[in-house]
Amino acid sequence: MAFTTMVGARIKRREDPRLITGRATYVDDVKLVGMLHAAFVRSPYAHAKIGNIDTAAAKKHPGVAGVFTAKDMQGKGMAPGLPVAPQIEGLVSPDHFPLTTDEVNCLGEGVAVVVATDPYVARDAAELVKVSYTPLPVVVDLEKAAAGAPYVHDHVKTNIAFSMPFVSGDVDGAFKAADVVVKERIVNQRLLPSAIEPRACIGSWDRGMGTMTLWSSTQIPHILRTQLALTLSVPETKMRVIAPEVGGGFGSKLNVYADEAIVCWLSRALGKPVKYVETRTENHHQTTHGRDQIQFVEVAAKKDGTVLGLRVKILANMGAYHQVLTPAIPTLTVLMLSGPYAIKNIAYDLQAVFTNTMSTDAYRGAGRPEATFLLERAMDLLARELKLDPAEVRRKNFIPSSAFPYTTATGLTYDTGDYPKTLDKVLELSDYKGLRAQQKSLREQGRYLGIGVSTYVEVCGFGPSMALPAPGWESATIRVEPTGSVTVMTGTSPHGQGEETTFAQIVGDRLGVPIESVNVVHGDTDRVQYGVGIFGSRGTAVGGAALWLAIDSIQEKAKLFAAHAWEANPADVEWREGKMWVRGDDSRSMTIGEVAFAAFRADKLPPGVEPFLDATRRFEPANFVYPFGAHICVVEVDKETGDVKLVKYFAVDDCGKVINPMIVDGQLHGGIAQGIGQALFEEAVYDEDGQLLTGTFMNYAVPHAEQMIDFELARTVTPTDVNPLGVKGIGEAGTIGSTPAVANAVIDALAPFGVKHLDMPLKPEKVWKAMQRTGDGKP
Amino acid sequence: MMPASFEYARAASVAEAIALLHKHGADAKLLAGGHSLVPMMKLRLARPSVLIDIGRLRELAGIKHEGGRFTIGALTTHAALAASKELEKRAPALWDAANQLGDPQVRNRGTIGGACAHADPSADYPAVMLALDARLHVEGQKGKREIPADKFFVGTFETALGDGDILTAISFADAPNSAYAKFHSPASHYAVVGVAVSLTLKSGAIAASRLAVTGVGDIAFRATAAEKALIGGKADDAEAGRRACSGMASGVEVRGDTFASGDYRKAMTEVFAARAIRIALKRA
Repeated sequence: MAFTTMVGARIKRREDPRLITGRATYVDDVKLVGMLHAAFVRSPYAHAKIGNIDTAAAKKHPGVAGVFTAKDMQGKGMAPGLPVAPQIEGLVSPDHFPLTTDEVNCLGEGVAVVVATDPYVARDAAELVKVSYTPLPVVVDLEKAAAGAPYVHDHVKTNIAFSMPFVSGDVDGAFKAADVVVKERIVNQRLLPSAIEPRACIGSWDRGMGTMTLWSSTQIPHILRTQLALTLSVPETKMRVIAPEVGGGFGSKLNVYADEAIVCWLSRALGKPVKYVETRTENHHQTTHGRDQIQFVEVAAKKDGTVLGLRVKILANMGAYHQVLTPAIPTLTVLMLSGPYAIKNIAYDLQAVFTNTMSTDAYRGAGRPEATFLLERAMDLLARELKLDPAEVRRKNFIPSSAFPYTTATGLTYDTGDYPKTLDKVLELSDYKGLRAQQKSLREQGRYLGIGVSTYVEVCGFGPSMALPAPGWESATIRVEPTGSVTVMTGTSPHGQGEETTFAQIVGDRLGVPIESVNVVHGDTDRVQYGVGIFGSRGTAVGGAALWLAIDSIQEKAKLFAAHAWEANPADVEWREGKMWVRGDDSRSMTIGEVAFAAFRADKLPPGVEPFLDATRRFEPANFVYPFGAHICVVEVDKETGDVKLVKYFAVDDCGKVINPMIVDGQLHGGIAQGIGQALFEEAVYDEDGQLLTGTFMNYAVPHAEQMIDFELARTVTPTDVNPLGVKGIGEAGTIGSTPAVANAVIDALAPFGVKHLDMPLKPEKVWKAMQRTGDGKP
Repeated sequence: MMPASFEYARAASVAEAIALLHKHGADAKLLAGGHSLVPMMKLRLARPSVLIDIGRLRELAGIKHEGGRFTIGALTTHAALAASKELEKRAPALWDAANQLGDPQVRNRGTIGGACAHADPSADYPAVMLALDARLHVEGQKGKREIPADKFFVGTFETALGDGDILTAISFADAPNSAYAKFHSPASHYAVVGVAVSLTLKSGAIAASRLAVTGVGDIAFRATAAEKALIGGKADDAEAGRRACSGMASGVEVRGDTFASGDYRKAMTEVFAARAIRIALKRA
């Protein structure tokens, strides 16, 4: 791989000037002629039978173009249900019509939709729709729902969406042979993804052309096009999806939402474009949630800390319905139960459970943070039980660096790794020994410092198509224009990942053009060849690999033109320093721009070569990629209040080769902050009636800038052989590594009070109560 | 977020604002910085039919200090208070509160008068007003009057302001040994517990004290037993506050929410009262 100047450089994101000066175009900035606005009538109940829906007053309200319920749509160009991708044996998939038909099963479910000349009028008229509800018993608690009635979907007589038992190795034998067994019940709480831009969409039906265009704040424009073509009975050739600027997704925009189908349907019914922009409260209520598992873990180990076996039972909350990937998320948790450790004997029992809550689905990390948190808490529990250093217990269990590729007990094959290297580096970076000494001396002064260690490996770069419930390949087109500037069309749909910069760096280096002359186009199904989208840290690992192949094709074709011009053998033409040369002859070179013009002009075509210089390639990865790392967090707990103060944060991550270190740092900063959010602040809380008590940012605490500290980052580089760039994903690693590091730090601070485990979020009150356990508060 | 429809009127003077309030009656609301009212309107929890914008009445903004007393215009922003050296030196409890209130955007737009008139039970200023024994200057149809803080905060989102009244200014005497200590919600930045204290020191001992708490009950309140217990405490006694405040929230009807239970709030009231007292004494 001949990286030269741009790849590996800290180049500022080319996207940022338009984003930070307010010149980006989001869906809500798009205004179409004659556009109408939709507002939903949403259920105030978490579970109720729907009786009469009286829309008469709303229909009469000035400015209202129409009021619609499920009955208006059923059988009239709207498919019976929204799609669910995973094919899991025995999966119970309840009907999920875009508007509720006769029963609501979670708070905020759409009952009717009002369309009006402006969004305020639509909202006013929505208040005039009278719905008669008969409340039904609500079940919110995961363990109660798993135990039986009341049922979320009464006709299926179970709340279990699917069960997945698994055993590998001799687990019973491992527990019999163990010197020690540690057990814990761990809650991985529900989170709200909280993208800064709420979801928004516009459906626009062109009556003359018979085409449907959807603008949507989505991570997956092409997949959405395919699904909506099916849902709306529009030929896929006449369906276009545009994702303009997307203000963050974190997995919550990796879906096919009811409103996306409904605005298209409404536009076709009314003959005008229809826009829907969710409010922040609607975002909290009806955009997918993340996490929400209860895990029962048992670890069997030898006295020296060697883990012999792992037994895990997981209850995973699906919510009331399956969205596109809902059931798949906890299957990633169980696949990653070995983590970076050589655990041969693993048994798990995964139960996916319906409750009267919003659907869970992908959220930054999607299943892997839950696995890492479980393992990293278990490692600390074991270290505490055996009075061993937590870092050393991890080291003892690491998969040896010589063992890669390594097949885990759960059936994954890790590509490359060197786990002791990241651990050593973070211990050195943090002066771990010094921290432990400081902790000891501060404890003597009645101050409680906590040091939390977390080591992780995660599965990403989704991924091999055969291992996913959806296609896992990615596409790229490169077009070298007659003037020598380069258009890149990527099938990924970046929305904060920085590919407009990193992809231009790669192209710039390999084709010898400045990044300013590379334009990266994405997010429009009529401009870009079919692509899969961005999720699962796949943008560069899969999308970048497709780009790499396309550059290969461009380089090969360009060589034919250069060879023809020089009357040389194409095999003697080589790419060097961004130009083509005849091997061993420094007197003549040719640039990509010169070739592009020759290929466009086509008056001196090499024999058998087509005009123009462009190429489209697709990359199907043979495996996932497995980035890894080691994080250390230092906190101080306020004895009087239980408030946790972040003191230091160190992270050593390995995502293989790095295209742009600044963007990798940025992904880690955001990821770590989000992981800290789960550990300390964030928690979506439903009460027993299924009302969301955290329906606004007044009561759902995302991390604020003032709560953060400087993160000290370092990296090791262990390239993967899964893709030609040697890169692994880094979008989710920070979140996966940080949550357990922070939680372990807080629990470590509380060790003098006999605390072994606390569930997240580690809010001051919880921490304070834990410190009151010894009565007088003294350790 | 879509508020219900409303009429908008901009007042060019206090007199015009009073006349508009009189004309529209209870359906009208005054709009100052809009950082409490507008969010409630967006959630449709508040639905005034008329908004009377007094935001441009510059005569209502500003910090004056004369003869040992501050007079602060109702439209003075939190940011202006937070930046005032005079306030930091002579009445630091209010300076503390202004600096810890909300975030920069809220501090740049929100006003002291708006916050006091809104009377949110978790707002910072009501406790500070009580501790500083502030007087709230009101103009209405019947002319001007002053309401002492002790009588101004009547209940949750409820004050002694009548229909047609405008809060124009707030005044209080210098209180160099005052402080405000706050435990804020990480989500809203409102006070989970906020304690304001103002101490009068004579010969190295506490001669008089006012101690007030916000965020805990349905209204900010004075902790009178603790105020009495503080009297006579030595300024150099670091534990004076802690002893005096022990059990201070025991009889109070305490609120709880997803962030902090009632019992925890009670315990934190004592902790933050002791902290406020410690800071106030250090300012001696």
